[in-house]
Amino acid sequence: MKERITVLVCGGTGCMASDSNEMVIQLKQRIKELKMENEVTIIKTGCFGFCGQGPIIKIQPDNVFYVKVKLEDIEEIITEHIVKGRVVERLLFDDPKANEKVKEHKNMDFYKKQMRIALRNCGFINPEDISEYIAVRGYEALAIVLSENTSEEVITIMKDSKLRGRGGGGFPTGLKWELTAKQPGNEKYVICNADEGDPGAFMDRSILEGDPHSILEAMAIAGYAMGANTGIVYIRAEYPLAIHRLETAIKQAREYNFLGKDLFGSGFDFDIDIRLGAGAFVCGEETALIASIEGHRGEPTKKPPFPSEQGYKDKPTSVNNVETFANIPSIILKGAEWFSSIGTENSKGTKVFALAGKINNIGLVEVPMGTTLREIVYDIGGGIIDGKEFKAVQTGGPSGGVITKEHLDTPIDYESLKAIGSMMGSGGMIVLDEDNDMVEISKFYLDFTQDESCGKCTPCRIGTKRMFEILERLTNLEGCPEDLDILEDLAHNIKNSSLCGLGQSAPNPVLSTLHYFREEYEAYANRTISKSYKIIEEKCIGCTKCSRVCPVECITGKVKVPHIIDESACIACGACFDACRFDAIIKP
Amino acid sequence: MTNIKIKINNQTIETDSSKTILQAAKDNGIIIPTFCNDDRLDPEASCRVCVVEIEGQKKLQTSCSTKVQDGMSISTNSDKVKKSRNEVIELMWSSHPNDCVVCDANEDCKLQDYMYQFDIKSENKYDGFKRTFETDKSNRFFYIEPDKCILCGKCVRICSELQGVEALGFNQRGHESFISFAYDKGMDFSNCVSCGNCVSNCPTGALMEKSKTKFRMHKTTKTRTTCPYCGVGCQFDIVSQDNKIVKIEPLNKLPNEGLLCVKGKFAYKYVNHKDRLTTPLIKENGAFREASWEEAYTLIHKKLTHYHNEFGKNSIAGLASAKCTNEENYLFQKFIRKYLLTNNVDHCARLCHASTVSGLATTLGSGAMTNSIAEVKNNEVIFVTGTNTTETHPVIGSFMRQAKKNGAKIIVAEPRKIDLAYDADVFIQIEPGTNVALFNAMMKVIYDEELYDQSFIEKRTENFEAFIKVIKDVDINENAEICGCNVKDIQEAARLYATHTSGIYYAMGVTQHSNGTNHVKSIANLALMTGNVGKKNAGINPLRGQNNVQGACDMGALPNNLPGYQKVYDETVRAKFEKAWDVPIDKNVGLQLPLIVNGAFSGTIKAMYIMGENPIVSDPDITHVKEAFNKVDFLVVQDIFMTETAMFADVILPASTYAEKDGTFTNTERRVQRVRKAIEPIGNSKPDGVIIQELMQKFDPNYTIKTAKEIMDEIAELTPIYQGIDYDRIDETGLQWPVKDKQHMGTEFLYPEEFGRGKGYFTPINYKGAAEKPDAEYPFILTTGRILYHFHTITMTGKNEEIMEMYPENFIEINPISAKKLNLKQDDYVVVSSRRGDTTAKVHVSKDIGEKVIFMPFHFADGANMVTNTVLDEVCKIPELKVCAVAIAKV
Repeated sequence: MKERITVLVCGGTGCMASDSNEMVIQLKQRIKELKMENEVTIIKTGCFGFCGQGPIIKIQPDNVFYVKVKLEDIEEIITEHIVKGRVVERLLFDDPKANEKVKEHKNMDFYKKQMRIALRNCGFINPEDISEYIAVRGYEALAIVLSENTSEEVITIMKDSKLRGRGGGGFPTGLKWELTAKQPGNEKYVICNADEGDPGAFMDRSILEGDPHSILEAMAIAGYAMGANTGIVYIRAEYPLAIHRLETAIKQAREYNFLGKDLFGSGFDFDIDIRLGAGAFVCGEETALIASIEGHRGEPTKKPPFPSEQGYKDKPTSVNNVETFANIPSIILKGAEWFSSIGTENSKGTKVFALAGKINNIGLVEVPMGTTLREIVYDIGGGIIDGKEFKAVQTGGPSGGVITKEHLDTPIDYESLKAIGSMMGSGGMIVLDEDNDMVEISKFYLDFTQDESCGKCTPCRIGTKRMFEILERLTNLEGCPEDLDILEDLAHNIKNSSLCGLGQSAPNPVLSTLHYFREEYEAYANRTISKSYKIIEEKCIGCTKCSRVCPVECITGKVKVPHIIDESACIACGACFDACRFDAIIKP
Repeated sequence: MTNIKIKINNQTIETDSSKTILQAAKDNGIIIPTFCNDDRLDPEASCRVCVVEIEGQKKLQTSCSTKVQDGMSISTNSDKVKKSRNEVIELMWSSHPNDCVVCDANEDCKLQDYMYQFDIKSENKYDGFKRTFETDKSNRFFYIEPDKCILCGKCVRICSELQGVEALGFNQRGHESFISFAYDKGMDFSNCVSCGNCVSNCPTGALMEKSKTKFRMHKTTKTRTTCPYCGVGCQFDIVSQDNKIVKIEPLNKLPNEGLLCVKGKFAYKYVNHKDRLTTPLIKENGAFREASWEEAYTLIHKKLTHYHNEFGKNSIAGLASAKCTNEENYLFQKFIRKYLLTNNVDHCARLCHASTVSGLATTLGSGAMTNSIAEVKNNEVIFVTGTNTTETHPVIGSFMRQAKKNGAKIIVAEPRKIDLAYDADVFIQIEPGTNVALFNAMMKVIYDEELYDQSFIEKRTENFEAFIKVIKDVDINENAEICGCNVKDIQEAARLYATHTSGIYYAMGVTQHSNGTNHVKSIANLALMTGNVGKKNAGINPLRGQNNVQGACDMGALPNNLPGYQKVYDETVRAKFEKAWDVPIDKNVGLQLPLIVNGAFSGTIKAMYIMGENPIVSDPDITHVKEAFNKVDFLVVQDIFMTETAMFADVILPASTYAEKDGTFTNTERRVQRVRKAIEPIGNSKPDGVIIQELMQKFDPNYTIKTAKEIMDEIAELTPIYQGIDYDRIDETGLQWPVKDKQHMGTEFLYPEEFGRGKGYFTPINYKGAAEKPDAEYPFILTTGRILYHFHTITMTGKNEEIMEMYPENFIEINPISAKKLNLKQDDYVVVSSRRGDTTAKVHVSKDIGEKVIFMPFHFADGANMVTNTVLDEVCKIPELKVCAVAIAKV
């Protein structure tokens, strides 16, 4: 019997956390019971990107995209769709704008404006089967490079493509390779930085989970270009699935001799090792990363010397990020000209963003450089949840800043984001609405960075702690207007005098919010803000619901008597607001 | 390195491109503040205090890590710099306790200094959280108070990069970071060796010595001098207050480059110890009574004259001291030779490197280190045998570890798995006394594999043919069996040694044998065969044990040598000294130390004068030595404490320590270094040189007492290798002999052109084992040695209560398997006995020692030397202290 149907089940971490693995098992079992194994293939793929709608199951060739599938829905998908060929309407995506069900992903706003290069194979192939990667021209780029190009030519292609580092810094990849290649000596290293640490960013994980071979292939190309025979993937231990898929991919690639000795008969040797990180944010900084690989404490070192001169084991080393590598096979296959035709003048190609926060469509999106924030938030992201007012987007995670309404139409690239006080970073994008308190947001990030500071240099070690303390003082309504000056001054000092990128960028969230939302800080400093929810006496009927949900027990009152909130104890969690059915509670 | 011009604060400066901005500024008197920088370490750039503004650069740069470039214009005090620097210091202060008034580091704290210098208020605008930790006082010598730590990390880097111990590290991260010791169970549970190099470099009061005396820096004085312990000759400042040493501060000078060990740094308390001898004592009816100096001198003069007249000049013998200065040793041998007319003068070098002197003098030319301590770091291969360097010469041990970090390979051949063995590329655990079997096997490998240096052998050596005949007959397998090691290790060691610029470092493990001279000659063979001698970073390096054992030998405190190894039996030499001293010099060689003791035992030696030595502990077969001393008619002992030997004396003269006198010590690398008086002599004590000279006045009323400086001038006049030495020339850095004239800058390494004796001499040597082999009655081999915390006969270290708490008594190290067989547990007591006597010791079970061997330190009275063997090397009369057969019985 001919193969009729392919069922693609998302096997990314997010969907697997919602039972997608069990779904695969159940699907396979039922198909076996129905004796349809020859007709139906079940594939566990990488991430589809539309994570807010997971678990996702896609059925080919019908191109039907089921969202938010539950384990108990599997039976219906089998009996209705697979057996009878009828689409299960209730599992289709509900477009909030058009208010209608959408069957195919290409018709969804979320996917319409995306352009997938780095994510090209995610959700499309089985990442644990090398033949599927080969089927989508996998390892062809490596073969071409090894058989047709000199190392110098590969570097020229990379330079011409104008690809820049996707880890956040935006350093031209071709130039980095060239600097490393130019160093004397035969012992060089290619390191893949998979220490994705920005809160909210998960594109690197998704790529490694969904398309691990593309990274291996790109690393081998990089090795060839720079004269390195060893690659190391530094990945955080908190990514077990990505590690598993990488290990599987490396094993398969070795079996196919895409890694190892004499690749494609070219005489070029290249192999890859995996090193696990313990999850320190600072280890995403390349010198700290190298220190960690070497078995030292994960602390940055001064630059110069740069890793391209003295990196791992003091040998020339190129450290590139996962997403950067993911672009490379396509650049080789389609040419530098194709790649450099995408994007803005100084930022070419696409960028993957992890879209999260108060937005309707949560997930990974890959868009050409130059796409405006408005397009991402309103078109791809489907706008703000509950139709609320857009306030800002935090980009670049704890190293970045906020982009406000007035900059919604800025075409996104490395320079433009910097110009408005934020940064590309690794691509975290957290959408904030009118309810978000900007001081609290920046306090959240400062708490993160002061905790993740390695402690090596004084400004970052003590300075970020002091900044956090000032923010705490402010939000506890114990601050004063002078605190804002001290805060701002200190922020600039930390930026200017810290040893590594972590410290130099840690004050950004504060500086950026101070710039755009100073009045919110002033309100705290002048103590004119009320942090507490309040009860409107006239509306409260004394149902007691609010006092029962309050986690800090600051609401008191007798049954059928209007309740009172102890404003000094309220933590503004909003539980009472949500619980009240009489609109008797107002926000601070 | 190219010469360039830069501007600092508008001042044009010529410097070279290899320098950092911080260094270039410092060279020109512009001091940029910094906490984390240390010239000996790679820049860390972590404190961020040393920032400067460079014209044309937007960001401030750390001057410690930025190299100067031609045309750079730098500001060290622009508004931007001030703002950033002050902010960082303020942040440090915000995390630091405000308790300067009661802090031990008050007046000696960089944070305090900078806050004062830059007008930073103690009131802190942040008023933030300060970390509080418990002060770790578990180490006996110092404590760590992490609250005061500013995390410059210097202690961590010095401990790992310079000291090579890696006992310190950072714990936690961010604001929670703190310095902690290995295993995080407190200092005392870590692998810390208490060298105190962290303490010496802590910029605040976080790491502080547990001072016995309260002091404030402004009331103290600093006196630069040379350490009185081992032969490294570390330079340090004595910090004193009210005639009391309160602290030792290492100096970043040659040879120690700012490092010290636990003894140099902390074991200074003996100087002001209450038990110091403070007045002359005369024994009457078996008990000592106090006496005046005059009375003592008169008695000594009378008695010595009596024995001289009655029993002949050779009925008297003198023992000089490897602890005293060159000037004092010169005076002592002059006193014995000029006024008592005998060559019966020797000292404890007889017990340590006599075989080096005899073995190297005949093969190369003189018995001293061919190379400098600083070269250790640049050896490609370091071959360590018969020395537990990290314990006996700790700073050299640290340099070996630095060399290892720089890529050097280390070969260790030792009976025990010493600390360095853990760093070694090849470790060969040989049985004690089998060194020659090992060296011969290595030379056989080198011969078979043609790794020898043919042209060096042809041009620079003689007698190769006779020597190689012996080597050709060596059976490597047989020798490996003798040594108790495997052939592969011998081969690897031989190849490593022969094919690199290699230095051999050895000490008592090689010399203290009944065939010690041959052991040393065998080492010479190995070096000559491979051309690893007579050049920089390669050579033969006997590590001398005591601060001035090299100098005492140099000064002629030896029965065959006048100062500078000039032979008593050489007529021209004698003529020179006879003219200078105006007396006839005996042409016969005098008695060596063991023969002096034997002479006392047999009654031929009637009177002895001992200056600062303790043979009742240090010599083999103590029962025999005690009997001998009981038989001596008249014994003078000059010392700083009532030693075991002093108890036997008829007259005791109270001497001053190194801290109370001027002079010079010559360290193991032949460097003549100044000793400077820091405090006045304690009580009624006098420097040894003064005592000897005052006594000389009794014999010669016309004698005028000279200062130490004047005596050195006399030495220089009579001693060719010291000819260029005078106090002015060695004021800052000592010179290494030979110093041929007053212009010569000394000799870094010996024999670049030719050997002292002309050609290097190969000696054919067959392996011959130790005199005493284990048998059924005495089944174990006892080997002896030193431990890090104690020194020699513990006259000095034993007066430091911290050390006595750690190592209060004699012990043995025994393998767990042997211990189990004998039913011994840790801390049990055993009696160790030999054919000569027995001693009691505590049991330390250690897997670092082989099953057939036990180790015992020789420091303790009535300890190891109760059982050691008196059999002597025929040539140099060194006893076989390193090997004897013993039995062990549980108490």
